Amino acid sequence: MAKHRTTQEVNAGSMADIAFLLLIFFLVTASIETDVGLDRMLPQKNDDHIADIKQRNLFEISLNNTDDIMANGEVISVESLRQKVMEFIDNGESNCDYCRGIGTNELSEHPGKAIVSIKTQRNTSYPIYVTVQNEVLGAYNQLRDRESLRLFKVPFKDMEVEYYLEETNEERKQLLKERIEVIREMYPQKILEPETINN
Amino acid sequence: MIKFNSFRSVNRNLPAISTASLPDIVFILLFFFMTVTTIKEQNLMVENTLPKATETEKLDKRDRIIEIFVGNSTNTHLSMMGSGTRIQMNNRFVAIEEVGDYALQALYQMPEHLRKVATVSIKADVAVKMGIIEDLKKELRLVNLLKINYTTFEGNVFDNQKRVD
Repeated sequence: MAKHRTTQEVNAGSMADIAFLLLIFFLVTASIETDVGLDRMLPQKNDDHIADIKQRNLFEISLNNTDDIMANGEVISVESLRQKVMEFIDNGESNCDYCRGIGTNELSEHPGKAIVSIKTQRNTSYPIYVTVQNEVLGAYNQLRDRESLRLFKVPFKDMEVEYYLEETNEERKQLLKERIEVIREMYPQKILEPETINN
Repeated sequence: MIKFNSFRSVNRNLPAISTASLPDIVFILLFFFMTVTTIKEQNLMVENTLPKATETEKLDKRDRIIEIFVGNSTNTHLSMMGSGTRIQMNNRFVAIEEVGDYALQALYQMPEHLRKVATVSIKADVAVKMGIIEDLKKELRLVNLLKINYTTFEGNVFDNQKRVD
C-alpha cells in the first residue's frame, strides 16, 4: 500500500462552545427593541411675536396640578379629548371643501388657522402631559389619514414611512414628497406651548 | 468488496452524530443577534419607567440622538445624591443649568452632517412632574436644539392616568 498521508483535521469540537459564549454575551448585553416616542419641535428661542389669534381659532388645553384637564373652558376626560380636538380642527366653516365638521361659528374657521395650545403647571405629572400630546397628535394623524386615503388611497403614515426608506427611488420620493406636502398643507400641525404660569 | 460489507454487518454500531455543523448554526444565531440588537450605552442611575403612547415614531437611527434621562435617583445612588428628581446625561448626574452645555458637547461629538438632524430624546420617568420638563425644554431652546422626542413605550395611553403616588 502506498503511503496515504492525509492532513490531520483541526478539531472543531470547541468551536461551538466559543460561539455559544459569544452568543450568550450578546444576549445579556443587548436589548432588541428600538426606542419609540413622540416627535415634537420646540419654538425658536427669540420667538416673542405676539400674534393676533381669534379666540375661536385657539383650542386651549390646560392641565392643572392635580392632573385635571380643561379644554376650551370645560373640564373633560382624556378619553374625549381626541374627539374634541378633531371637531375643533375639522370644523371648517369658511372655504374648506374637504372638512367634514359641523361648521359652527364657535370652533376654528379653517384647519390652517386652527391652533392647539397646551398649558401645564409645575406639578402636573409627566404621563398625563404625554397622554395629552399623544391625543392631539392622534387627532391630527387621524384627519391626515382620512384625507390621504381619500386622495391617494394610502394612509398618511405609510407614505411617510416609504419616503424615509432608503430603497425608495428618487422618482417615487419626489411623488411622495409632493403628496405629503399636500396633506400637511391641509392639516398643518400648530401646537403651542406657552410658558408655565406659576401659581 | 463483499468481504468488507460482511465485516460491517457484524459490527453494527451506530455512527456518532456529526457535530461539525453545530458551530455554523450557533454562528448564524450569533450574527442574527448581533445585527438586530443594540448595546446599552448608559448605566441608568435614575428610575426610568417611561409613559405609554400610541402615536409614536421610531428612533432607529442611533447616531443622531442625544439622550437625557429624568427621574428619581435609584436606591444605590441615594446616599450620593439624595432623593428627588435628577437629570442624567452621559453616565453622570447633571444640574438643570448644565444641560445645555452637555447637550452641545454631545452635539459636537457627532459627525458634522448629522448635527442639523440631531434629536434630543427625553426619557422621563412616570413619576416626574412637568416643572422640570419645562425647565429642560427652556434650556434646550437656549442652545437651539429644537427637535425633541418624548420617548415612550408603546401601549394604551389611558393607562398613564393611574397615578403611582
